[in-house]
Amino acid sequence: MSRRTLVFVLCGLLVAVGLAFGVSRFASSQPDGLEKVVTDQALDAGAAPHALADGPLADYSTKGIGDPGTSTGVAGVVGVAVVFTMCGGLVWARRRVGRRRFAAVAEAEA
Amino acid sequence: MHVPDGVVDAPTSLAAGVAAVGAVALSLRAARAEALEARAPLTGLVAAFVFAAQMLNFPVASGTSGHLLGGLLAAVLVGPWLGSLAVTTVLVVQALLFADGGISALGVNVLNMAIVPAVLGYGLFWVARRLLPGTRRGLLAATALAAFASVVLASVAFTLEYAVGGNHAAPIGTVLTAMVGVHVLIGLGEAAITALTVGAVLSARPDLVHGAGELRRRASGHEAVAA
Repeated sequence: MSRRTLVFVLCGLLVAVGLAFGVSRFASSQPDGLEKVVTDQALDAGAAPHALADGPLADYSTKGIGDPGTSTGVAGVVGVAVVFTMCGGLVWARRRVGRRRFAAVAEAEA
Repeated sequence: MHVPDGVVDAPTSLAAGVAAVGAVALSLRAARAEALEARAPLTGLVAAFVFAAQMLNFPVASGTSGHLLGGLLAAVLVGPWLGSLAVTTVLVVQALLFADGGISALGVNVLNMAIVPAVLGYGLFWVARRLLPGTRRGLLAATALAAFASVVLASVAFTLEYAVGGNHAAPIGTVLTAMVGVHVLIGLGEAAITALTVGAVLSARPDLVHGAGELRRRASGHEAVAA
């Protein structure tokens, strides 16, 4: 990866962290379109709450942080870090596997 | 747009799960060409951005909000296969860490929010790109149109899944009308955010926009060569 791309990725991550930490507190807390339709038309009658609803970051709030804005913001930053690592790692691993196979095929053909 | 547990029954969720696993495996296979361009950090960034943007619900009608799905955005930036992988990662983390989207509904959510917008949506983008002028403005118009359509398609996909495995509390026509109606509005937000983001990346690094095609080739394209 070139230096310019590295700078781009770092700047992009900064934007994502800014959105997750600083802007998320201003987001609408109304139900989204699907939630609204599901509730209005009782499409989920009898559904149990989410199995992991007691998790430390459930519903985008961090357990133990009182201020709602900060609680959501911290959860968001953790999410950004986890998603970046998992997804980047997945593609990175995929690339390595692809290369190894490519090398094996090239060797077999030689 | 995350489907919670208990809306779509177990057999349908399982079938959607199998289809989603198949689609992800296919994406991993097909991503080979895309991944060769050293796209790991960029794909991670796209996923992180989509996660952050999905937190930002915007009001659309009284008592209702919407948020970016990001599948089309991801596909235009890193290609449909890496794009659907990026959004799938977001959905898995949201279900397991943030209790957003049911765990049994993960397959349904991956189909609706990752595969349909990134793969089907990208198909629409591809067609729109060829019908519109090959300029920056044409590219952004194709992006906006496909982003809008991807959200409406996702809402139709949910309605189909509900038709197959729902509780029949409401007639399918009513569910379809309500879902498409509200997601037309959310789709406008999706179109605006997606076009703005792609426009920003296009200004900074046109060579990093997978869907830019000729625009990319017309630019210096140093990264594609250097990587």
